[in-house]
Amino acid sequence: MDVENVEREHIISMRVENRSGVLARVAGLFSGRGYNIESLTVAPTLDATISLMTIVTKGDARIIEQILKQLNKLVDAISVVDLTERAHIDRDMAIIKVTTTPETRAEVFRIADIFRARVMDSTNTMYTLEVTGPGRKVEAMIYQLRSLGIEEVIRAGRIAVAREPYGADTT
Amino acid sequence: MMLNGSQIFIESLKREGVDVIFGLPGGVVLKIFDALHQQSDVKVVLTRHEQGAGHMAEGYAKATGRPGVALVTSGPGMTNIVTPLADAYMDSVPIVVFTGQVPTQLIGNDAFQEADNIGISRPCTKHNFLVRDVKDLARTIREAFHIATTGRPGPVLVDIPKDVSINTAEFDYPETVNLRGYDPDPGDDKTLITRAAEAICQAKRPIIYVGGGAVFSNAADEVKALAEIAHIPVDMTLMGLGVFPASHPLSLGMLGMHGSYTANMAIHNADLVIAVGSRFDDRVTGKTSEFCPKAKIIHIDIDPTSIRKIRDIEVHIPILGDVKAVLTELTQALKVSIDGNKKDLREPWWNQLHEWTEQHPLTYSQSDDEAIKPQYVIDRLYQLTTEKDPIVATDVGQHQMWAAQYFKLEHPRRWLTSGGLGTMGFGFPAAMGAQEAYPGRLVLCVTGDGSFQMNLQELATAVLYKLPVKIVIINNHYHGMVRQWQDLFYEGRYASSHLSGLPDYVKLAEAYGAVGLRATSPSDVDQVIQEALHTDGPVLMDFEVSRSENVYPMIPAGGANHEMLLEDPPHLGQAATSSVEAPETVTLS
Repeated sequence: MDVENVEREHIISMRVENRSGVLARVAGLFSGRGYNIESLTVAPTLDATISLMTIVTKGDARIIEQILKQLNKLVDAISVVDLTERAHIDRDMAIIKVTTTPETRAEVFRIADIFRARVMDSTNTMYTLEVTGPGRKVEAMIYQLRSLGIEEVIRAGRIAVAREPYGADTT
Repeated sequence: MMLNGSQIFIESLKREGVDVIFGLPGGVVLKIFDALHQQSDVKVVLTRHEQGAGHMAEGYAKATGRPGVALVTSGPGMTNIVTPLADAYMDSVPIVVFTGQVPTQLIGNDAFQEADNIGISRPCTKHNFLVRDVKDLARTIREAFHIATTGRPGPVLVDIPKDVSINTAEFDYPETVNLRGYDPDPGDDKTLITRAAEAICQAKRPIIYVGGGAVFSNAADEVKALAEIAHIPVDMTLMGLGVFPASHPLSLGMLGMHGSYTANMAIHNADLVIAVGSRFDDRVTGKTSEFCPKAKIIHIDIDPTSIRKIRDIEVHIPILGDVKAVLTELTQALKVSIDGNKKDLREPWWNQLHEWTEQHPLTYSQSDDEAIKPQYVIDRLYQLTTEKDPIVATDVGQHQMWAAQYFKLEHPRRWLTSGGLGTMGFGFPAAMGAQEAYPGRLVLCVTGDGSFQMNLQELATAVLYKLPVKIVIINNHYHGMVRQWQDLFYEGRYASSHLSGLPDYVKLAEAYGAVGLRATSPSDVDQVIQEALHTDGPVLMDFEVSRSENVYPMIPAGGANHEMLLEDPPHLGQAATSSVEAPETVTLS
């Protein structure tokens, strides 16, 4: 298969003007041109006039190239970076409510421990767990808990940042 | 200087060099119209419908290269101008549309004549603004004009709530624009220009495929210089017509769905395609997987999203930049590196091109005892007016394609047509916009009996403002292009394409105070055109033409560029799908 045609997940980090309507421009661009949004987070940066959006999307090389170009073309987009193309760290967070029985309670707790999740709330029949980590880790934990009875999952959506190069200060 | 919002609006337009705005008032823009009424620097052309205002602004912009301006009210005023916005967005026309909005404190309350102007126009503008505070008005207008006219041009909408037009602020028009997210000039890549020059030197069968981008970039001279220095034939897109002289020996005319046989065969068999300000639209490429299968492609465009947009079309040398600047450098590079006259290397190519043209020239037949052929009307119109260097606006459909084929243009900005969106109703108001900009010039509107009805209310505006547009209706009593497709692909079932109930166009013109003329036989054609040319004011010419004539050549949708229908297939309207297959391969030394 042609490498160009392989669909891959990409994490796009973009700095935008912190104005009303910017989110609609980005979301409208994706829906209008038929691109996927897997997740999207947005929050202000240290500079109150700028917001940072992290968009997780899927597509082959051609589609990702178009998405990046189209995003860059938005007047309110200050910078657009495809983090997938470089070393980066990404984090997702999920709050998971798991139904428990006396038989499964210990197992749920053990899985939470393995994934370094925190118990936020506990009742006789339910644990509410908080897990943070790379997207894959969060998915793995949800996968393991599924057979034990998940009541509800709320995910924050991915955020990501580029890694600093090693030895940057010595070269 | 303290001014109210309406005064700031006018002062800002004056700073932008705006001399005319097209528009229609309503409740929330009354203050602005009142201020316009009390001055004479900016003329107001009152249209009969907001769509007319939008297309007039487009026609003005296309003909002059300066931004066209429209002003309409909130709600229905705004929704009526959505079509011109979408049209201008597709065809990269710099217009700035000002819409009224309900007072800021009422926004979101479903107030009278409220619509979400920003939300509705977002996908069909290059950018849009809601001005919430009169203090931001001047700066926003400055930014709107900057965005509309730079980079790849396009429509910008500025939404002005009623209270913003009334409140006062210190007027200070900014000298510069500071938009950190907007960089209209990407520069260009010198190494790619060198590579492009090398490819051009080596090509045996090169072709220039030039589109509207070269018109907007004012690059007609540069296109000509490139073609002439390297002896390269030129294909033009519908939007590019006029940017290269139709009479020039290097011109092959228009390519695409209804392009000339030679233009399409040339791009299909080329070994090098130099795409200049064109975007590989589906009406040009046909089946993308078979588009110029033997060619290396150089693509010069200012819009990065246009480059490598079409999945199946590989671009070998993408050059991001302003067409005029890139072509200047490219021609310079060629002057340095070109070894001898490229005429010899390309002689076999030119022999082939000439052979194609001899085999299948653009042609029609007209005898005296049959109905008028639509092509004959365009041909005669061209012959009788070309000396006056007219501006030609068209609507959309068969007449548009015949005008593109038979009205030969020598200069850019003479051709006003709706390409991307294909907006019926565009032509007449666009012609009026151009006429408003150039009162002394001949402006023709070639339209159809269907298209003209989509904005005929502007006859009143043309008469009132003395805009002497000469309207040519190619009247075949059908939505002709729809009927043609029904002939070819729907076994001749004319579903909703026959236009019964047409008005008497001569009486219609007279009812508005314009002059109406009619031609029903070939011998009338010259006389009607001459009479129109000698009549002051707007004239509507109704040409009753053959109702069954179809546009050829035609590449059926989804076909490749060498698979052209050249005439009505036998048994038209029954099972007519066979095509006249041209030779696939051309062997050239």
